[in-house]
Order: sequence, then structure tokens, then C-alpha cells
Amino acid sequence: MESIIEQFINGLRSGSIYALIALGYTMVYGIAKMINFAHGDIIMVGAYTLYVTTVRLKMPVIPAVLFTVAVCAVLGIIIEKVAYKPLRNAPALAVLITAIGMSFLLESVALLIFNANPITFKSIITIDSVSIGGVTVSGITIVTLVVTLICMVSLTLFITKTKAGSAMRAVSEDRAAAELMGINVNRTISMTFAVGSALAAVAGIMFVCQYQSIKPMLGAIPGLKAFVAAVLGGIGSVPGAMLGGMLLGVIESISKAYISTELSDAIVFGVLVLVLLIKPSGLLGRNRIEKV
Amino acid sequence: MSKAMKENGEYKNNFVNKKNIITAAVIIGVYILIVVLTEGGVLNRQAKSLLVPIGINIILAVSLNLVTGFLGELSLGHAGFMAIGAYTGAIFTIYANMPEFAEFLLGILLGGIAAAVFGFLIGVPVLRLKGDYLAIVTLGFGEIIRSIVNFMGITGGAMGLKQIPRYSNYTWTYIIMVITLLFITNLVNSRYGRIIRSIRDNYIAAESIGIKVSRYKTMAFVIAAFFAGVAGVLYGHNLSIVKPGDFDYNKSIEILVIVVLGGMGSVKGSVIAAVILTILPEMLRATDDFRMFLYAVVLIAMMLFNSSGFRTRLEESGKLPKLSLPVKLKAK
Repeated sequence: MESIIEQFINGLRSGSIYALIALGYTMVYGIAKMINFAHGDIIMVGAYTLYVTTVRLKMPVIPAVLFTVAVCAVLGIIIEKVAYKPLRNAPALAVLITAIGMSFLLESVALLIFNANPITFKSIITIDSVSIGGVTVSGITIVTLVVTLICMVSLTLFITKTKAGSAMRAVSEDRAAAELMGINVNRTISMTFAVGSALAAVAGIMFVCQYQSIKPMLGAIPGLKAFVAAVLGGIGSVPGAMLGGMLLGVIESISKAYISTELSDAIVFGVLVLVLLIKPSGLLGRNRIEKV
Repeated sequence: MSKAMKENGEYKNNFVNKKNIITAAVIIGVYILIVVLTEGGVLNRQAKSLLVPIGINIILAVSLNLVTGFLGELSLGHAGFMAIGAYTGAIFTIYANMPEFAEFLLGILLGGIAAAVFGFLIGVPVLRLKGDYLAIVTLGFGEIIRSIVNFMGITGGAMGLKQIPRYSNYTWTYIIMVITLLFITNLVNSRYGRIIRSIRDNYIAAESIGIKVSRYKTMAFVIAAFFAGVAGVLYGHNLSIVKPGDFDYNKSIEILVIVVLGGMGSVKGSVIAAVILTILPEMLRATDDFRMFLYAVVLIAMMLFNSSGFRTRLEESGKLPKLSLPVKLKAK
């Protein structure tokens, strides 16, 4: 019984990382109607930035984390301005391929600077594990869960309570109408990319603290899983991304522990396919009726 | 029946006509050129080793173009079908005891059929989805296939399936490539091709005039899967080892990039892009780490140039000769 609870909590930990990344995918999709394939690589940039600031520049932890988040947010804005903005009226597939190109670009730049050898990174989180009634929860798990919870609550408040958040919702609802209401669409899109990339940076920090190894391809797999999570929850829906991420993490962790490590990916994708076949817009996604 | 129509009809029914003779001459001419270049010692070892991969990439790109370019559905699971073909064909040729020719031919057919069967099983439920959702589900299936291959015993798991006989050579690849090209071009120019394109352009309109949209979608998907499987068999018998890692989603994306750069819905474009994008990374090999960087920069630059309106402006001001873009990409 204890081991199931432990696996469940481990699942929540990786699930929260997926959820943080999935939020970026889903927000960008909601507002720009594009799959930002380069989003996964923002995690990798975050991981390397954290490494450079804490190990090479010997910065204290808190400023280093803030700096990492800022770097990723700015990078998100730059990527949008350079690669996606000129293609705003282009077909969806052209944007998708450009995003894939951007992902290759980020990976290859990391490869040129840091080369392909993985760098070992000592976790910046030094909290002892806690044991409650036979269930041991590691320090990193507690921190990840708490940080994710804070991020999600503040993001929800930001989207629902602030003016900028309303602008984001308006643009994702109807871009042209939002523009007519005097909303600065360009700024809103930039802000969405910044927020999404900042969340990816947080996810990246949590990710390296857990796996303690940094390599240029590090973002690809969690990025892909998070994308699956976003689609599972209903792409474009913020609560959907949170739910999808958590669900994916738990399913993955349980199937790794009790079924098979090799088949866990197949099970994760199988669940996705099943959900989409039953509810084609994802768990919390809205159904759109197509008209002629 | 008017005279013109009669002549037209006779022209169409007559197999030996000017167009077909030219096509046949080109096919044979290119083959002779390849033979002369390889056997005559003009090409070095590296260039020779690229002939088979070029052919395989052409088959993959043209078959994916049928789904993505002509049917207008984004599939990111092409490498999965390639994997099914590669493993089926390889397992057959390893265990079968037949003369080389028959064994390889049967292996190719079996690989293609196995991939087509999976294409059908996956296509029937999945093709109800559209756009990005279809893309992610096909990607998911590609990954499922890969991890199941990884799990099974007969496929050699993550270490890969070794000692596959090296049957693939440029003659086999060339013949199969030509068959693929002829099949796909004739298909897209036939009645079925027009149906497939009508689904891409407006599936609601197509449905309203009585076209069974899901049937033809599945048909295109299954045909594409078949040829992907065939390409997989060639791939396995060229390298003599296949690993599940060869068929991850990066491979699917690689094929998609060829299709998009060559032009959606253009068979010729796919062929040219496949040749360029197979040779380019080899030529950039000397630059080592910069290879991927340059590839990425070129990819982004080409997409921005083609799709941002920059090209249309240049063409309209007369600074760039107008190149007819094959088919309009599917706009959202």
C-alpha cells in the first residue's frame, strides 16, 4: 500500500513538471493557434542557464533562479518576434516546420557551446526527505509540488483577475475583435510567450535538480510528454493542461512501477489515443462545431 | 460523340504514346547514368553510399506527400510504418531460406503489407480527428510502435536486429522508387486523386456531393503506410541492422521537412527536396558540429522566405522570377 502511495507521489512530481511545460504549450496554442515545438528546448536553455549561473558564475541560488527565469522569458519573446511573427498569416504547417527548425537551432547552439557530453549538476535543493507513516517523500518532490502549486495558483489568478490576463483571454477568443476593442495584440502575444517560457524555465530547474545531468537534447522528451499532456487535457485550456500533466505523470509512474518500464511510453500514448477517440477535443477542451 | 473527344479517348487508351515514351526514356536514362557513374568510378565511396538512402527518402517523402500534401492531413507517424516494414522484412529474410531474389522480393512485399495493415488499423479510428490532433495521435502511434518493438524479443529490443542480409543495392532501390513514383503520380492524377484533393480543399463540400470521406482518407493513409513499409525494408537491408531508435519521431519530422520544403502536393518537389536534403547533411559533415546549426538556420530561413509574404513581394516587384508554388498550403 505504501509503495503505491509513493509511486503516486512520484507520479505527481513528474506530472507537475509536465504540467508546467504543458501550460506553455496550451497558452501559446490558445493565443497564436500554433504548436510551439521549440518550447521543450526552453527547458534545456533554463537548465544550462542555471548551471552557468550557479556553478560557473557562483551566483547565490535565489538570484540565479530569477535570472534563469528572466533569460527564458526574454528568449521566448525573441523567438516569437524573429520566427513566428512574420508567419502569422501563413498556413499552420509552415509555422509548425519553422518551430521545428527553431527547436533544432536551440539544440545545435547548445551543442556548439557545451558539446554533447552530459554535465553533472548538483541539485540546488537541499531539503531532507520526510517520512509520514511509512511513506517517504524526498525533499525535491516537496519543493516541486509546492512550487508547481504556487505557479498554478498565481497563473490562474493572473489570467482571471488582472487586466493583462483578460486581454490574453480576449485575444485567444477572437483576435480581430480583441484588436478592435483596443487590445494590443502583439504585446499580448509576446506576454504569453514570456509567461509560457518562464514556466518552462521553472520546469527546467525542477527537472535538472531531479535528474542532475544536463545535455543538449534534455528538453525533447519532457517537451513531447508535456505536449501530449496538453492535448490530453484539451489544448488551449489552462486547467486542462494542469490536469493532463498530473494525469500523465501518475499514469507513467504507476505503469513504470507495476507493468513495464519499456512499455510505459506506449501506455502513456495509448491513453492519449483512447481519450482523443472518445472525446476528440481532449478532457477539458471545448468542442468546436465546424461550419461551411 | 465529337471527333475531338474520340481522339482524346483513343489517345488516353493508347498505352504507347508520346508522354509515356518520354517517361520511359527518362527512367531508363537516369538508370544508365547511375550505372555509368558508379561502375565507371566517377563517384567516390561516400557518394555511392548515398544512392540507396536517396532512393529510400524519395519513397518516404512521396508517400507522406500523398497524406500531407494531397489529402491535407498532417501525419507525424510515418517512421512508425517504416519501422513495421523494416522489422517485418528483416525478420522474414533472416529466417526464410530462399534464393536471394525471391526472398528479398517477398520480404519487401510482406513489409509493405504489414505496414499497410497497421495503417488500416490505426487509420480507421484516428482519421476521424483533424489537424493538430491528428498530428499528435499519429505521433503517439509512431512512438507506441517504437516502444513495442523495443519490448519484443524477436526484434532484438533496444540493441537492434542484427545480421540482416545486405540485399539493398541501387538497382533494387531504383526500381522500387520508380514504381512508387509512377503509382503515386498516376493515383493523384486519377479519379481517386481528384477525390482525395477535393477532401483536402473542402471536406464538407466533398461529403455533400456523396464522397465517402473517411473511406478515401483511409485509402490514402493505407497506401502511404504501404510505401513507408517498403522503404523500411530497403532501409534495413541496406544497413544490415535496425534499431528502434532509428524510427523515433525525429525521423518522421525529417520526412515531413522534405515534403514541406519540396512543396506540399508536388511529387517532383518531394523528389528534388529528398535528393538535396539527403546530400546536404553529408556535405556538411566536414563542418562537424556546425552541421545541425546550419541545417536549422537554412530551414528557418527558407520557411520565412517562402511563407512570410517576402517572396510574394519580391516576385511582384519583378526582382525574382515568378516560380509557381505547387499547391496552396492548407490555411487554417
